[in-house]
Amino acid sequence: MSETKMLNLQWAINHAIAEEMRRDPSVFIVGEDVGKPGGPFGVTRGLIDEFGAERAVDTPISEGAIVGLCCGAAASGLRPVAEIMFMNFITLAVEEFYNQASKMRWMFGAQVKVPMVVRAMTAGGFGAGPHHSSSLEGWFASMPGMKVVMPSDPYTAKGLMKAAIRDDNPVLYVEPLSLYTVKGEIPVDDYIVPIGEARTIQEGNDVTVLSVGRMLGEARKALPKLEEAGISVELLDICTVNPLPMEDIYSSVKKTNRLVILHEAKETMGIGAEIAASVQENLFDYLDAPVARVAAPFTHIAFQPLLEKEYLPDADKLIAKVKALIG
Amino acid sequence: MKISKEVKIDLYNRMVRQRTFEDETTVNFASGDMPGFLHLSQGEDAVPAGTCAHLSDEDAIYTTHRGHGCIIAKGAEMNPMMAELFGRIDGCCKGRAGSMHFADVKTGCMGSNGIVGEGMRLALGTSFAQKYNKTKNVTLVYFGEGATGTGSFHESFNMAATLKLPLIFICNINLYAQMTPKSDHVSIENIADRAAAYGAPGVTIDGNDVEAVYDAMEIALKHTRSGKGPYMIECKTYRHHGHFEGDPCNYRPDGELEKWMKKDPIVLYEKKLKKEGVLSDKEIKKIKADTLKEVQDAVVFARASAMPDVSEMYKDILA
Repeated sequence: MSETKMLNLQWAINHAIAEEMRRDPSVFIVGEDVGKPGGPFGVTRGLIDEFGAERAVDTPISEGAIVGLCCGAAASGLRPVAEIMFMNFITLAVEEFYNQASKMRWMFGAQVKVPMVVRAMTAGGFGAGPHHSSSLEGWFASMPGMKVVMPSDPYTAKGLMKAAIRDDNPVLYVEPLSLYTVKGEIPVDDYIVPIGEARTIQEGNDVTVLSVGRMLGEARKALPKLEEAGISVELLDICTVNPLPMEDIYSSVKKTNRLVILHEAKETMGIGAEIAASVQENLFDYLDAPVARVAAPFTHIAFQPLLEKEYLPDADKLIAKVKALIG
Repeated sequence: MKISKEVKIDLYNRMVRQRTFEDETTVNFASGDMPGFLHLSQGEDAVPAGTCAHLSDEDAIYTTHRGHGCIIAKGAEMNPMMAELFGRIDGCCKGRAGSMHFADVKTGCMGSNGIVGEGMRLALGTSFAQKYNKTKNVTLVYFGEGATGTGSFHESFNMAATLKLPLIFICNINLYAQMTPKSDHVSIENIADRAAAYGAPGVTIDGNDVEAVYDAMEIALKHTRSGKGPYMIECKTYRHHGHFEGDPCNYRPDGELEKWMKKDPIVLYEKKLKKEGVLSDKEIKKIKADTLKEVQDAVVFARASAMPDVSEMYKDILA
């Protein structure tokens, strides 16, 4: 790798957007608090100073209209990057994703492209409660015509944001609040993390652990204890949940013959369910154990810290599942 | 305002084209050859004609599930449009969209929409792009009074006003939200009064008087092109057909349709143009005959076009 620098995740996102805005005048940011306030958590700080209010647009609290505006603007030649704040708020704009942005190109017989990025934040682990802590990426992963990316560290945060802005399709960019201040080495030169490819964090032989978004941190925590137990883990960071990087997952499972999927969203109807179904359909003869999931239970996420801890998947739950599987 | 003879003939032509096109779809739908749902706008013809007569291809429109009239008035070609309604490969959306999801981007028709009220949110984006690119173009969004019950109406008007977007809201009051009469779902007489809530001008006009629509649009354009933000024109009109083709319309009071048929915008305008000496009976006859031939040729074109191969379903999902 060429020259690198230390940057935390929120600045990695900020730099990615700023660099793309400098490169391409059709890129603009839009949403609640993104302009003058610099973002509800500071991710878009300074952009209004460099690019002006025309390209850093503060809006009323109107999630549906924000995403609708993005869709219409993208179909009209611009490249919007919107912030929707907490992912729960995106429920107010599911219409615009499901019926409009994801279908528009197909429905209109390829007359338009819809290059837009919408940022939404997951906030599990903060006691933010039932209306601010949900992981809803699975809804959007089930929509043809759009992409969903999930950075797990500053490197993927910057590279996936750049790839998302340059992509000609609607992209939902799911960023974890808990990692905003986590620092990492990222290249100084321009780079992207390709959409649709998983990243191998560690190679191993006994089991593939497939981590989704911020769960990568929990998976990393689990690695030393699993190694102590004599288990050789191949750790993949999924990076994209629509389209799922199935070929990368298949390659790894063919090698390790076991798969555990780790995600913060509910187990029921989650990404893991889809991956497990595809793996057993396509790699049944390779599997030495059932495909396992470590994910949230079928209930609601609480503000109450003890209940929230019980709800969220973590390193301990992953370790227990992997050990049980290999046993 | 003084309207030139050329514009008067243009307004008349647009209305006849809309009406003839839709009347022909009625026939082909009834025969079972046109798949899907069909929502028609006969009777509301003056609104698209009077508004679109001011626009170029660089101006954009968003319309509704009842959008054929707007799209014809905006200038879309009839052949690909009819082929689209028949679900054929030569349709301008390759036969995927049909009546309710139709778009013809090169003429600025950014889409009809199957979701009531949703065109308003999308129109924010196109008008935003027009402003962002420092053009003098505008976006029109058409909707019925039923759509003013959606959150999209409030969100979109408020956002257009706060961002000062070149967006003109055109409300067709056709007296029904699907099957529920206006008196049951709108709490005020004139929807245009709501524009004041956003600090924008709103006018209420006779939507069956095509020249009144044309004049109102001229004022709206002046306002919007000068950077003052959105404007609303409420056009009081009536839907001759039911909510959908096949709707028995048993919710209509006796005599209501007959009363409105006497105010048919095309009949009214013919009388006026004849009286003013703009068009003769013979010229009117010729316009109608030529238009009918164009529409019937479009039906022949559409019927001759191939059905899409099933593999089409998997194309163009992503760019």
